[in-house]
Amino acid sequence: MAKILIPTPLRQFTGGADSIEVAGGTVGEILSTLTTSTHPDLRNNLYTPEGKLRSFVNVYVNDEDIRYLEKDSTAVKDADVISIVPSIAGGR
Amino acid sequence: MSAVAAPPLALSNEEILRYSRHLILPEVGMDGQLKLKQAKVLLVGTGGLGSPMALYLGAAGVGTIGLVDFDVVDLTNLQRQVIHSTADVGRKKIDSAEESLKAINPNLNIVRHEVALTSDNALDIIREYDIVADGTDNFPTRYLVNDACVLLKKPNAYGSIFRFEGQASVFAMEDGPCYRCLYPEPPPPGLVPSCAEGGVLGILPGVIGLIQATEVVKLILGKGELLKGRLMLYDALNMRFRELKLRKNPECPVCGDHPTVTKLIDYQEFCGIPQQAAAEAKPAAGLQEIEPAEVKAKLDRGDKFVLIDVREPHEYQIAKIPSARLIPLNDVAKRMNELNPGDEIVVHCRSGVRSAKAATLLLQSGFKNVRNMKGGILAWSDKVDPSVPKY
Repeated sequence: MAKILIPTPLRQFTGGADSIEVAGGTVGEILSTLTTSTHPDLRNNLYTPEGKLRSFVNVYVNDEDIRYLEKDSTAVKDADVISIVPSIAGGR
Repeated sequence: MSAVAAPPLALSNEEILRYSRHLILPEVGMDGQLKLKQAKVLLVGTGGLGSPMALYLGAAGVGTIGLVDFDVVDLTNLQRQVIHSTADVGRKKIDSAEESLKAINPNLNIVRHEVALTSDNALDIIREYDIVADGTDNFPTRYLVNDACVLLKKPNAYGSIFRFEGQASVFAMEDGPCYRCLYPEPPPPGLVPSCAEGGVLGILPGVIGLIQATEVVKLILGKGELLKGRLMLYDALNMRFRELKLRKNPECPVCGDHPTVTKLIDYQEFCGIPQQAAAEAKPAAGLQEIEPAEVKAKLDRGDKFVLIDVREPHEYQIAKIPSARLIPLNDVAKRMNELNPGDEIVVHCRSGVRSAKAATLLLQSGFKNVRNMKGGILAWSDKVDPSVPKY
């Protein structure tokens, strides 16, 4: 199972969990399982109503941005870590 | 290569003694210290991130520090904005920051920009500096600073914070990515809470601001490996730093191969702020408001109605209206079966934003008589019961 790291702003939708393990062969499969069966409250925050990953949310497999890999089809192995990194703007 | 031109200046004997721990470091030395003295760094914001950056860069001997801020020191700032003190509450941040910096290092040249950075003034302000450090707190200014730095070819030491988490990188180097390569578009307003809404650990901006300040010093000295093409993530709660790869996007609209943004644009518009303001000015159809004083009168008369507080349990501990029933906004949907659609309902939160969402949700679900208490518990404290603390 791959480990998904949940950033602080989204932990309110995961019951406070900072990481979640989900099975699946690609990033798309894993995020789909995460946002439909295990944590549906995350869906609206990660995807547009049309089902597109929101443009202020980046997804990384280990330290690589999936936009520069195979996007949703990027293969994920058991030991891989998937990071969800939304933009934050705080500074004051 | 250093971001600062070769320095013709010299140090006074006082400066030599002051900077002796730098001068005996081979990586800094006299050449490096003179570069620091020659350097002009613009700090956008003197708040959470700007405070530690200004204090340390000033102490380190960065010769010219520009400060952009038009805000006034508020008591809620002091938990993290360490350049301001209790006596400064109510003063202009730019005054109190300048005073603190001069007290630490009278050799500094502080340039004051007591304005909001806008598309009209950003290029003229930033042009005068070698390096920019972004310590702002909103998406429009972040995109504005980024685009201006790319257009002017000025490195941008970037940092941002939220609750327990921070991000840092160096953007807008000629051969490196920019903020838009990382996030092509901002989130729609309201989806990502600000620090004022979501809270922030006071120490966090210290850690992130000093990562930015470190990169500024390295840019000036031309030493070490910059945080360019890398995004540093910091999770204070688990005390973990992680580094992600950041690439220059060839299709980036501002720094890519065929840029479409070649001058500054309307960043409020870009971030969807006008639409949000219009939406907020016009509450959802059928949503009625009620003044806190009227709610108090209803309670005193013993009127039959349900007062619902949609804040979080930890906020209820800070301040509450005793007869209110707590149902946090996120739970309203699944707990509305506890309420009777025929009941008269008044909802409140801290300032009135979340309760407007809750009221709209109830109205959409068939509740007929729902009103939003105007201004939330903050207004209750101002207008009804000053013994209720504001937060």
